[in-house]
Amino acid sequence: MADRIPSGTRDVLPDEMRELRDLTERMRAVFDKAGYGEVYTPALEYERTFTRDGVTSNGSYRLFDEDGNVMVLRADMTVPIARLVGNRYATAELPLRFCYFAHAYRKVRRQRGQSREFLQAGVELIGAPGPAGTAEALTVLSDALEAVGLRRFRIGVGDQALYPELLDQLDVDADARQLLLTELAAGDFVGVEREVRRLNLQGAEAQLLLTVPRMRGGPEILDDLTGPLAHAGTGMRALLELLPERVAERVIFDFGLVRELGYYTAAVFEVYDPAHGLPLGSGGRYDDLLGAFGRDLPAVGFALEVERVHIALAAEERERG
Amino acid sequence: MVEFDQSVALRIAVPRGALFTETLDLLESVGIDTREVRENDRKLLFRDVGIITMRPSDVPTYVEAGAADIGITGKDVLAEQTERDVHELADLGYGRCTMIVASEAGADPVADALRRLGIVKIATKYPKIATEHFLATGRQAEIVEVKGSVELAPLAGLADAIVDLTATGTTLRENNLIIREEILVCTARLIANPVADRLKAGAIDALLAKIADTVEK
Repeated sequence: MADRIPSGTRDVLPDEMRELRDLTERMRAVFDKAGYGEVYTPALEYERTFTRDGVTSNGSYRLFDEDGNVMVLRADMTVPIARLVGNRYATAELPLRFCYFAHAYRKVRRQRGQSREFLQAGVELIGAPGPAGTAEALTVLSDALEAVGLRRFRIGVGDQALYPELLDQLDVDADARQLLLTELAAGDFVGVEREVRRLNLQGAEAQLLLTVPRMRGGPEILDDLTGPLAHAGTGMRALLELLPERVAERVIFDFGLVRELGYYTAAVFEVYDPAHGLPLGSGGRYDDLLGAFGRDLPAVGFALEVERVHIALAAEERERG
Repeated sequence: MVEFDQSVALRIAVPRGALFTETLDLLESVGIDTREVRENDRKLLFRDVGIITMRPSDVPTYVEAGAADIGITGKDVLAEQTERDVHELADLGYGRCTMIVASEAGADPVADALRRLGIVKIATKYPKIATEHFLATGRQAEIVEVKGSVELAPLAGLADAIVDLTATGTTLRENNLIIREEILVCTARLIANPVADRLKAGAIDALLAKIADTVEK
């Protein structure tokens, strides 16, 4: 009987490997041209790197070294690169630009086609605050996907802080706030409505909490924002003004977009393509994470899941004929 | 050159079974022609109107993968498959059922099993909901998953009680079972693929607005 390999892992044979290699080389050329130097960090790191204050790790696989220290297989590259900056670039001039092509490891749910081991391609831009840094990261992201040959992708841009700030302004207490944010992160808008009704807010305020997470679309949704939304609108417009036309036309502003990873602080992104049902990648600003590693620097980055980009590209090419 | 998907047609996953007729009525009321779907028991894909039909428990699978943009299924299915990455957009109100704990009439076998054996055996088609309900209420339970008529389990001695969905309670009564606890009221829900919910936002919001109008009436 043939030996099985773990679910969520796979062998890659030459035809596929050639296509994947072509795809990553195209991305690498874009990253390189934009000044992002490629780095590699160990797949295994000590658990304490991922459990510092201010670091949220979602690593799933742990093992022990010969001295009994707990080691974790990285779940993404952002935390290892933050650690790298603290260790090796303590006094370097800013901003720092890094790119990577590396496998990350996460638990999978059975029979869902999820990957336990997956290849990420991404960049981290450290020491460049928003909106200029965010605009640069979005531009590199968009250019990399164009270079790969994807034509119909869009980039959703949200603000991780928007809904929490809205709840603060309406004096929502901590318990109710947590419930609401949990429902929002789960995409359960029936649950959001149920929790909002429980708050006994005035009609207009309750309506605002229900409408905001569903606001998504082109730059037109940034027009005529008033009251508690004016600030968020100003931030997104400032970002939009810094984006080249070729990037701006791909952006979907999405006030309901929140990312589950705890270290995102402001702008967050997700990449969509109509040829694939799952996001192709994601990212955002993590302005507090570097502080946990001794350099208090604003930062932004994104990671593309190379295998999903490949699936979307194959599907787009099939549709084109 | 940017060439965005201009087609806004939605592919809708429709559950066969108890929610089928009311779901088609709802779609009909928002302007989707469902005649062909009603007249065809065996056909699964109705390309002209963008409808695919399936078991209710498969709806989240198709929607999560993007094989359908939106779908309709019961809250019972969603509560059992909480790990599915789908957006839950609206409570459609129909298909109202209750997830219950039921056991044979007479002295409650659950209480007896817990007192004397420390653990209760529960047969169900909803292992996740059952496990969480007994965990949340501080009782040890051994969950036995069955695929067919759950009512048989306590009668045949497979389990002390069942966790199941009931609308009218008729089947329970006919099998001498009585409702001991209510866990969750379930109605039909509209769900969406998270990518479609962004890329086809206009079409989905327009449909939601029409549905909100009809559900209110």
